Amino acid sequence: MTGKRLNRGVAVVGAGMSKFGAFPGLSTRDLFVQAFQDMRASVDKGFDPNDIEALYIGNYSSDLFEGQGHTAPFMADWTGLAPRPATRIEDACASSGVAIRQGIIAIASGLYDIVLVGGIEKMTDLPTSQVTDTLATASDMLYEIPAGFTFPGFYAAMATTYMHKFGATPETFMKVGMKNHTNGALNEKAQFGTTIRKVMDGKIAKAEARGYPVPTWEDELEFLHDDRANPVIAWPMRLFDCSPISDGAAALLLVSEELATQFSDTPLYIVGSGQASDVALHDRDDVTGLRAAQLAGKEAYGMAGVTPADIQVAEVHDCFTIAEVIATEDLSFFAPGEGYQAAESGGTARLGSKPINTSGGLKSKGHPVGASGIGQAVEIWKQLRGQAGERQVPGSPTLGLTHNVGGTGQTCVVHIYERR
Amino acid sequence: MADNDFSNTAFHQYLAEYKLMGAHCEACDTLYLPPRPMCPKCFGDDMNWVELPERGELIAFTTIHIAPTAMIEAGYGRDNPYISGVVRLENGLSISAQILGLDANKPEEIMIGTPVKAEYVERGEDEAKKTFLAFRAE
Repeated sequence: MTGKRLNRGVAVVGAGMSKFGAFPGLSTRDLFVQAFQDMRASVDKGFDPNDIEALYIGNYSSDLFEGQGHTAPFMADWTGLAPRPATRIEDACASSGVAIRQGIIAIASGLYDIVLVGGIEKMTDLPTSQVTDTLATASDMLYEIPAGFTFPGFYAAMATTYMHKFGATPETFMKVGMKNHTNGALNEKAQFGTTIRKVMDGKIAKAEARGYPVPTWEDELEFLHDDRANPVIAWPMRLFDCSPISDGAAALLLVSEELATQFSDTPLYIVGSGQASDVALHDRDDVTGLRAAQLAGKEAYGMAGVTPADIQVAEVHDCFTIAEVIATEDLSFFAPGEGYQAAESGGTARLGSKPINTSGGLKSKGHPVGASGIGQAVEIWKQLRGQAGERQVPGSPTLGLTHNVGGTGQTCVVHIYERR
Repeated sequence: MADNDFSNTAFHQYLAEYKLMGAHCEACDTLYLPPRPMCPKCFGDDMNWVELPERGELIAFTTIHIAPTAMIEAGYGRDNPYISGVVRLENGLSISAQILGLDANKPEEIMIGTPVKAEYVERGEDEAKKTFLAFRAE
């Protein structure tokens, strides 16, 4: 196989993020400053921000979410980097994953040596119905949205077909959500820093305190089956199957490979990068996998010269719980139809054979859509450098992967990171 | 209407006549739904309108409880969920559409493979009136 190659290597030498959540009164530029400062603090040997030569900023829709277009130059201004070239990348929820790739391409081309890539989104200013409408513009407004589809609806439709084809049940997806909340409870940057068990116990305590009828859920699964506690959004996707509406920002400092050790004794080398596009969901032969993710994965594995089995920790795009199951199959961690079994048996848990979404994933960490792709890279940065604290994957992993999806998989981008 | 522009506007004008129309590439004999002005397979642009079969089967679906603004305006929402799905027509082409004639409150009973037939749903009044493609379970 003749894989694509970069003209020169690229390394991550700094990674940071704001907390993800709802932050009334803070705009994307405020959140990006937080991410930038967090990134600066992570650069082991320090650096002069004036050495940054260009910015690539992933941002889905500040235009509709906060009434602000042309966001990249504002990020440059607020971080003291104007007049350097600042370019916005928009590929829906894959915007910042693609921003990473654009930063890589810019360095590999030889044009720049030091590039800042970022991701931003500010979603919580709008009421839920308008957020739903804004996210919908990432799908086909001419032929999909008139059918009544919403984003939870698209993934729910993939889920019904997946269940029909492979025998998964709604409980399979509930277990993915439980796992990601368990991971997110150990992440101080997560929007929901709590387990499903704690959410459930909190509701029971509240009912007791107020003298309301006390729910009698036996366990988390019974709680998750309760239509009132966990309402259906688009069947079989319920509230706790859906990533939240979030604000947040994230940033990486990328440098050419030969400069990496000037910044850090333990840089991460980006050994694989892949990206692909796809047609609308209804035009695909198969809706239980994302072809663009499969192709992006193949390209990244080929460039890196590694196999799916070599990956020790991965952050995948779990905008909905079904999406995580499909992602683990598209990336060939598991065969088609076997991803849900791995999810059910704990294989994708933090201490399982293939730890997936140790950060809590988009489900628990939060999904400020344009920032999510770089948020994933921040987790891999921490895991491969042994800095993930309580949620550290054991065994000192050296190879990690990020998988970032735009829309229903019309954009997918995969990166592979190595600590040498 | 420009009958040779193969646009979404033209597609909807046909729907208003209760016709489900696709585009046929005369050069490589490939059919498209949605219609397109250029063939993605052979890059030719000698397209013709073709009436498509109205029968097909449900290949993916969901019941939507949290609705977008347009469907809320049509009377749907948490207390009145609806079904959206992907339908594969008898000739193999697929399209997204609202699915009628099945109980959105009983999703466990909805079967992949359910036979469906095209139905044309009108929403809005006067100039805002528009015809939408739906399929009804047979």
